Amino acid sequence: MKVLLVGESRDGKLLEYSYELFGFASQLGAETAMVLIGNDAALPSYGGTVYLADAGKYGEYNPDLHKRLVQAAVEREKPDYVVFMHTSYGWDLAPRVAALLKAPQVSEVVALAEGGFERPCCSQKMRQVVRPVGGPVVLTLQGGAFPALVPGGAPLKQTLEVAGEGRTEFLGYEAAVRKGVDLTRAEIIVSAGRGVGKKENLPVIAELAKVLGGEVGASRPVVDSGWMEAGAQVGVTGQTVSPKLYVACGISGAIQHLAGMKKSGFIVAINKDKDAPIGEVADVLVVADVMQFVPALTAKLAK
Amino acid sequence: MKILVCVKQVPDMESRFRPDAAGVWYAETDLAFRVNEYDEYAIEQAVLLKEQLGGEPEITLLSVGPDRVVEAIKKGLAMGADRAVHVRDPAAHLKDPFQIASIIAAYAKGEGFDVIFTGMQSLDRGSTQVGVAVAEALGYPCATTVVAFEYADGTVTVKRELEGGVKGTVRLKTPALVTCQLGLNQPRYPTLPNIMKAKKKEVAVIPVEQLLQEEARLVLAQFSAPAKKGGGVVLEGEVADQVDRLIGILKDKTAVLR
Ligand SMILES: Cc1cc2nc3c(=O)[nH]c(=O)nc-3n(C[C@H](O)[C@H](O)[C@H](O)COP(=O)(O)OP(=O)(O)OC[C@H]3O[C@@H](n4cnc5c(N)ncnc54)[C@H](O)[C@@H]3O)c2cc1C
Ligand SMILES: Cc1cc2nc3c(=O)[nH]c(=O)nc-3n(C[C@H](O)[C@H](O)[C@H](O)COP(=O)(O)OP(=O)(O)OC[C@H]3O[C@@H](n4cnc5c(N)ncnc54)[C@H](O)[C@@H]3O)c2cc1C
Repeated sequence: MKVLLVGESRDGKLLEYSYELFGFASQLGAETAMVLIGNDAALPSYGGTVYLADAGKYGEYNPDLHKRLVQAAVEREKPDYVVFMHTSYGWDLAPRVAALLKAPQVSEVVALAEGGFERPCCSQKMRQVVRPVGGPVVLTLQGGAFPALVPGGAPLKQTLEVAGEGRTEFLGYEAAVRKGVDLTRAEIIVSAGRGVGKKENLPVIAELAKVLGGEVGASRPVVDSGWMEAGAQVGVTGQTVSPKLYVACGISGAIQHLAGMKKSGFIVAINKDKDAPIGEVADVLVVADVMQFVPALTAKLAK
Repeated sequence: MKILVCVKQVPDMESRFRPDAAGVWYAETDLAFRVNEYDEYAIEQAVLLKEQLGGEPEITLLSVGPDRVVEAIKKGLAMGADRAVHVRDPAAHLKDPFQIASIIAAYAKGEGFDVIFTGMQSLDRGSTQVGVAVAEALGYPCATTVVAFEYADGTVTVKRELEGGVKGTVRLKTPALVTCQLGLNQPRYPTLPNIMKAKKKEVAVIPVEQLLQEEARLVLAQFSAPAKKGGGVVLEGEVADQVDRLIGILKDKTAVLR
């Protein structure tokens, strides 16, 4: 069995999570090759074949050309699977490659399963097993699901070229906005999620943070609706934190939020839904209404 | 200008999900359905674009699914879309993302839409494929995961959200498709007069057989709850008691309480 792994580079550097692709390939027991739109400096530490296309020429975001570059590598390598990470690059490019190859695509794979691939559904609350029909098969992998593996060695470089132009014009990157407190240094964080209900309820969360001597964080919808500043957001597109204590109030535990806080020392979740996915990472799940439980906890701690 | 918005109806994610009789997807009994959250941003952006252009563009909503999806369509019409197409498919759940995209593309092909908005993913299946696959089938350029959208003179300029909160700015010529990410705008709540007005708007019904030409590429083999990995302590019962038990655990297991 053969897999073609699609590496990712940004600003001329290989993105670290590209090594998770090798972890997946090794679980599958497959032969590997990689395709990368990047440059020599972004080559992985890997002794196999790397089809390298010059990002200087093809751009770091140019899906029309990138899909054809991947297709060119597929034609040379004839893989059974073409594997991306489930990232803003992967979920953008993979369906285009699938369309070009007339291939089935399974997105956000978390495990190999009997007769197919396991993936989350219903906002991570459930799992499904999906079996692709025909091949090659396009896959995207959930970040963190397959441990990274650095094979080591120097790549056998093969240069890829395609002609033509893309229809999207990439105008550049914009750095993340970082305003407000630096949550990465906080020892205690109390975070508010949509389950807090409304902006007017937020002081209840702040008061708990205050008696605990901690900072206030938030899930994305709380920031998106303007209840709190963007700097407070915890998660893949916010801050990655690892306090000694993380208290998640009315937060469901979406993978993008978990990515930012699951390394916390001790996690307490307050959620009225006993099945909320946050329960997977919480050391203590309090099944309660935030607006009843949190003020009661604050009052007791204040004594 | 003609605008298309693709809308999926999904269950409320706070629901308790149970497998259906075949054990491959959720059973619909006891589930409340709503508009996919990402698609609310798509509808709102279409309405904002219409307003920007002085009301000239016509917004069509499209949803593939059983009769219940008409509720989702009505919400979109009340938010400001002009008309809707319900591709009636009692077995939409037996289609894979590629088939759903082919159905949407088959409808859109002759219609000459200038801008198509979809969500970046659905909350229930979340394959993040349908929007891009529609664009590919129609030969439209497409940008995904959009958190800012501007339109001027046949050009769409968007910000794509990347990992770590970094954004990438991309420019496309219309006709184009964009997939909308959370936080793109503030979706409006339909007002009562607009809900009343929406009742008079056209909802064309097209049976799915007229649009579907593709075979499935994926088979659903199983649907189940994730295996509980160890997991922590679950505290249920009276609030006062929960408070005492939590404080006890925190004193015991962490050094944060003095
Ligand atoms: C590319 C991408 C990047 C993203 N980046 C981030 C990110 O950086 N950070 C982030 O947080 N999200 C991010 N998200 C969004 C993420 O997928 C979720 O939508 C989000 O985390 C959900 O926030 P929530 O848990 O507050 O809300 P919901 O998912 O709506 O959950 C609310 C929870 O509150 C509970 N609840 C409701 N009422 C009460 C009550 N009265 N008492 C107790 N509990 C109650 C409910 O049971 C539910 O579990 C991203 C998404 C994408 C696609
Ligand atoms: C065997 C099988 C059984 C299934 N059972 C069910 C079921 O019972 N119920 C169910 O809801 N799903 C079911 N599905 C999944 C369903 O067919 C998919 O949800 C569908 O293919 C769309 O993919 P997605 O939700 O992953 O879309 P995504 O690619 O994640 O969605 C992106 C965007 O595409 C648009 N879009 C997606 N679907 C539609 C639609 N139907 N109409 C209009 N626009 C849309 C929306 O704008 C959405 O935001 C089943 C699939 C299979 C293979």
